[in-house]
Amino acid sequence: MFHLIVFLPLIGFLIAGLFGRSIGAKASEYLTTGLLYVSAVLSWIAFFDFGLGHEEAMVVPVMTWMNVGSLAVDWSFRIDTLTVVMLVVVNTVSALVHTYSIGYMHHDPHRPRFFAYLSLFTFAMLMLVTSNNLVQMFFGWEGVGLASYLLIGFWYKKPSANAAAMKAFIVNRVGDFGFALGIFGIFLLFGSVNFDTIFANARQFDPAGDIDFFGYAVPAATAITATCLLLFMGAMGKSAQVPLHTWLPDAMEGPTPVSALIHAATMVTAGVVMVARLSPIFELSTTALVVVTVVGAITAFFAATVGLVQNDIKRVIAYSTCSQLGYMFVALGVGAYGAAIFHLFTHAFFKALLFLGAGSVIHAVSDEQDMRYMGGLRKHIPATYWMMIIGTIALTGVGIPFTMIGTAGFFSKDIVIETAFASHSVVSTFAFVMLVIAACFTSFYSWRLIFMTFHGTPRATADVMHHVHESPWVMLAPLFVLAAGALFAGVLFKEFFYGHEYAEFWKEALFVAGGNELLEEFHHVPAWVALSPFIAMIVGLLVAYWFYIRSPGMPKALAQSQSGLYKFLLNKWYFDELYDFLFVRPAMWLGRFLWKRGDGTVIDGMGPDGISARVVDITNRVVRLQSGYLYHYAFAMLIGVAALVTWMMLGSAL
Amino acid sequence: MEQGALLTGLPAAFFYLFAFVAVAAALMVVSSRNPVHSVLYLILTFFNASALFLLTGAEFLAMILLIVYVGAVAVLFLFVVMMLDIDFAELRTGMLQYAPIGALVGLVLLAELVIVLGGSSFGPETVGAIAQPIPDLAIRENTAALGDVLYTEYVFFFQLAGLVLLVAMIGAIVLTLHHRRDVKRQDISRQVARTPETSIEVVEVESGKGI
Amino acid sequence: MSIDLNSGLIALAPELVIVLGAVSLLMIGVFATGSGVRIVNGLAVAILIFAGALVILMPTDGTAFNDAFVSDSFTRFMKILTLIGSAVTLVMSVGFAKAERFDKFEFPVLIMLATLGMMFMISANSMLSLYMGLELQSLALYVVAAINRDSVRATEAGLKYFVLGALSSGMLLYGISLVYGYTGTVEFEGIAAAVTNGEERQLGLLFGLVFVLAGLAFKISAVPFHMWTPDVYEGAPTPVTAFFAAAPKMAAMALLVRVVMDAFEPLTSDWQQIVAFIAIASMVLGSFAAIGQSNIKRLMAYSSIGHMGFALVGLAAGTQAGVRGVAIYMLIYLAMTLGAFAFILAMRRKGGNFENISDLAGLSSTNPLMATALTVLMFSLAGIPPLAGFWAKWYVFLAAIEADLYALAIIGVIASVVGAFYYLRIIKIMWFDEPLGRLEPVQGELGTVLGVSTVFTLLYVIVAGPVEAYAEVAARAFFAG
Repeated sequence: MFHLIVFLPLIGFLIAGLFGRSIGAKASEYLTTGLLYVSAVLSWIAFFDFGLGHEEAMVVPVMTWMNVGSLAVDWSFRIDTLTVVMLVVVNTVSALVHTYSIGYMHHDPHRPRFFAYLSLFTFAMLMLVTSNNLVQMFFGWEGVGLASYLLIGFWYKKPSANAAAMKAFIVNRVGDFGFALGIFGIFLLFGSVNFDTIFANARQFDPAGDIDFFGYAVPAATAITATCLLLFMGAMGKSAQVPLHTWLPDAMEGPTPVSALIHAATMVTAGVVMVARLSPIFELSTTALVVVTVVGAITAFFAATVGLVQNDIKRVIAYSTCSQLGYMFVALGVGAYGAAIFHLFTHAFFKALLFLGAGSVIHAVSDEQDMRYMGGLRKHIPATYWMMIIGTIALTGVGIPFTMIGTAGFFSKDIVIETAFASHSVVSTFAFVMLVIAACFTSFYSWRLIFMTFHGTPRATADVMHHVHESPWVMLAPLFVLAAGALFAGVLFKEFFYGHEYAEFWKEALFVAGGNELLEEFHHVPAWVALSPFIAMIVGLLVAYWFYIRSPGMPKALAQSQSGLYKFLLNKWYFDELYDFLFVRPAMWLGRFLWKRGDGTVIDGMGPDGISARVVDITNRVVRLQSGYLYHYAFAMLIGVAALVTWMMLGSAL
Repeated sequence: MEQGALLTGLPAAFFYLFAFVAVAAALMVVSSRNPVHSVLYLILTFFNASALFLLTGAEFLAMILLIVYVGAVAVLFLFVVMMLDIDFAELRTGMLQYAPIGALVGLVLLAELVIVLGGSSFGPETVGAIAQPIPDLAIRENTAALGDVLYTEYVFFFQLAGLVLLVAMIGAIVLTLHHRRDVKRQDISRQVARTPETSIEVVEVESGKGI
Repeated sequence: MSIDLNSGLIALAPELVIVLGAVSLLMIGVFATGSGVRIVNGLAVAILIFAGALVILMPTDGTAFNDAFVSDSFTRFMKILTLIGSAVTLVMSVGFAKAERFDKFEFPVLIMLATLGMMFMISANSMLSLYMGLELQSLALYVVAAINRDSVRATEAGLKYFVLGALSSGMLLYGISLVYGYTGTVEFEGIAAAVTNGEERQLGLLFGLVFVLAGLAFKISAVPFHMWTPDVYEGAPTPVTAFFAAAPKMAAMALLVRVVMDAFEPLTSDWQQIVAFIAIASMVLGSFAAIGQSNIKRLMAYSSIGHMGFALVGLAAGTQAGVRGVAIYMLIYLAMTLGAFAFILAMRRKGGNFENISDLAGLSSTNPLMATALTVLMFSLAGIPPLAGFWAKWYVFLAAIEADLYALAIIGVIASVVGAFYYLRIIKIMWFDEPLGRLEPVQGELGTVLGVSTVFTLLYVIVAGPVEAYAEVAARAFFAG
């Protein structure tokens, strides 16, 4: 079964990728989508077997990959609750996105390629989540990176798409470098890259000992912290955490279904999955966990602030994604792994919903993405409007506190905020404050998006407004499914992911250090803490309503009076400019220097080109000897004989 | 002459005379300005070589050398040289430019050879190892003695030499024989084989028109 | 061991077949009219193949005619190579003869006689038979070089070759006379015995050795006795060039091996230096000078100079492995060279043959199959694994390293890197430059030769085992006693 789940997308990719032209776009679409549905159904079955049922975790071998010295890497699937949760998320969203794309990409001439890439991405993501060792995980990690690169740059004729694809790839390289080093570190510390061995060794790990590192004795605690931080660096890159977040908003250059699948629901959560998967190791280093918490909290806050002022509909959601990922990392950092995965799970539904809804909007207004040219669309595309509303209330966490009534986001986000408060981490207060403020901002920018897009007077040209139309069923149907998830995923699975069924559900998949009683403690936080996200949400909603419905002049006035702050936020805290100054320009300068001076002068002068130039010189000289004159030739022979004779004479005299 | 003995007395004097003249004449072959002179010097060289053969008692070879080379080859050369208008001076312009360095290399080589060969001797036992000494005239005539080995022991080389000559002949023909198509040749067999039927055609000529 | 006259004639059977064949063909050629050339050519190929069959089927070991003629596994190996070279050249010349009015029936006859000379060279066991065989071969070669006598370049090439060849023959003879003077014999075993028995190493004998080696080096066009090669290769008609590049190299190399391994075996440490010097000079010059060439025949001339240098690396080792390396090298060189010349002969567009490398531009798009074949051959000539050319170099370098000649092996590797440049340049021109137009259809026989040699080069690894075994047997001829 698991073979089918993982390899069906690969088969889809191969067929659509290799034979897409010959079998045609329609066949490619239906084939890849159909295979994905099979995978998705099987994933749900597995989820009920392993998560809700009583199947024990197991390892499904596929084949031996490499066996070099003490490094033994087998290709196998690690099947436990974490895996099946991710299988469900990935395959469900992927199947829906495939379906949605049939409608959304209807006019694109390169549909087979698009669907092939989507399937390739799904396969790589499945490799990542099912991996039983770090090398296989790295393989999937790079695979999703590649697919992401290909899909962001899918419209390769658009320079901005190419630039965004490159940016995503390069920024991810930074993280991947850390991840790779982290894997080396794990291998050094635990002598294996297989999870079973690593976790077994991690349990007996002695933080007081010393590690031999190139002849230097390094304290084990330091080594484990460094390793964890390196691994987390990989997670930061993939999950767009500050300061490696810059690629994610730019990645919105890709087609919207891609944004929904890769840059909201699945790939960007890979970092979360990785940290959760490696929880036995991260639990060994308090420092690393603190770093994870702080980075997560800062990202949640930072992205939310930037989201306040963005005008591109997709970018708003992208920053929202960034921010929500920050929530997940905070949960990871305080040791509430279940909460993090729960938020990941619900977030996948409502964020995919938002993106696909945004895609539907963009589709309706002739590929316009700037919210300033929208407005008043509510009556024209009511189905999309209501779906977006559901997505928004799920994201902002609408629900009635202290009851079981609420959207998916209400449960998962509140759990994260409460555990942040309840944890004993040194940064728990900081994280809590950051998250609550971020929740307020989230509410504001989400409603701002709704108000600017659907309410008010239309700001689009009459021509565009004339063409506004509701999306076809093939695009709306996935929205409905996701909306159902966004509404009910929280209330249905709350107890399993982070509640009374926790132990029964997760079994051995997640690990928390002894003494971590968060699971119990977060229920007993003060009432104002439990209420705070709700209040923050209400505040955000009201302010947004005030700004964009009641007195639409307010935002402009505020932006003018606080122009410094506004510009600061609009320019995303000047991160791109900072990087441009710190890395890009020096790198360009260095590149140019090495090119002109290093390559041009040194290498071309003395290196290979220099040598080849000298060779040509010698050649010319040798060729000049070949004059065509007989006596030159005879003379050369004579000299040869004379030289040899002299050599013999001197040689024997010596 | 006794085997293994070094040349002394009169034979030695003649040997050095002939040898010196041969080398000097050879030098003149390449250095004289007039090509006819060159060929004449060549003939002189052949004479001296022939005389050296005589000194070793190989009178048949000496005579053959005279008859073939002086009598036939050199005379042919002379004809060719006289027929062709070759300006040796012009041919040599480039060569003179390199003459000094060429001479230098030649001298070095010569010096080395003289030093090494002069400083060592071939040794009596080596000389004694010669497989087929020339027998005394009283025992066997020179020509017959040559034939004794040429057609028995050295028949292989003799035949090979024949093949070399065959190649030389073919080569000479290939490179020089022209079948010129613009020259009429007499083919006697064809002339004889002609019949009236093949050579005469009767034509009815209308008056006043011609053929 | 010496054998009597009758057995000697049997040992000589392949050569006798060629002699009789050549003489008969001469008659047929003179008297046949019309398609005489084609008949003579076909018969010549048949006779050469028949002689080759005799070489294989009637192996005799021993010496004949008072030790003038030797027959052993090594001579058989090299004779087969030579016969293949000659026969394939004749096959390839058919189309050329038709297209270029190169229709002289003497050409096959002279090729046969040259081949005969080569076989005598290979079987030479004394200085006299060495010289006679060499002259028989050379004289025939001088003539075929100039056979296109209406072409100024061809006659110039023939004349240059002749004059320089006469000079080298003079050196050879001078060397032989010195050797005779110091050892008192012309037979190889006798020379070896005399050198071994002599009390001290005679410097004069070494001079003789130098001159003899110089004369032989001229024949394999090794530096610094190579100067004739580019001019003659370029000037001679292409089939003749193909012949020059293939068969005579086999014979001369065999002769060189025979002389140093048999006659001068006691002087190994001395001739090793000379051979190593010649090898280095050839490899380096062959690699460097080829880069400047624009004419593909000239390029092949330098290529063959370089390859002879590589083969000599094996000889310089002076071991059984070295001789085995030389044998394998010559075999692979023969295959690659014939293939390359088959390609050169097929380089025809409307308006005749062309020889400029730049005219090959974009061949990959107009004649992809031919371009692929030449690419394989060029990669192989450059010595890129796993093609045959790589293994050829591998055997000789291995032998050199086993004999502690590290410097030689290193210089060889560097030279082959430099050499790779010009082979790769041809490939680059064919695959990456703007196409110039289709070639004329390739004649069947050229296509066959090109195909066979390409396949051999490509799949050498498959036959490497048997080839190595045969070469091993051939090399053992020198190390039996």
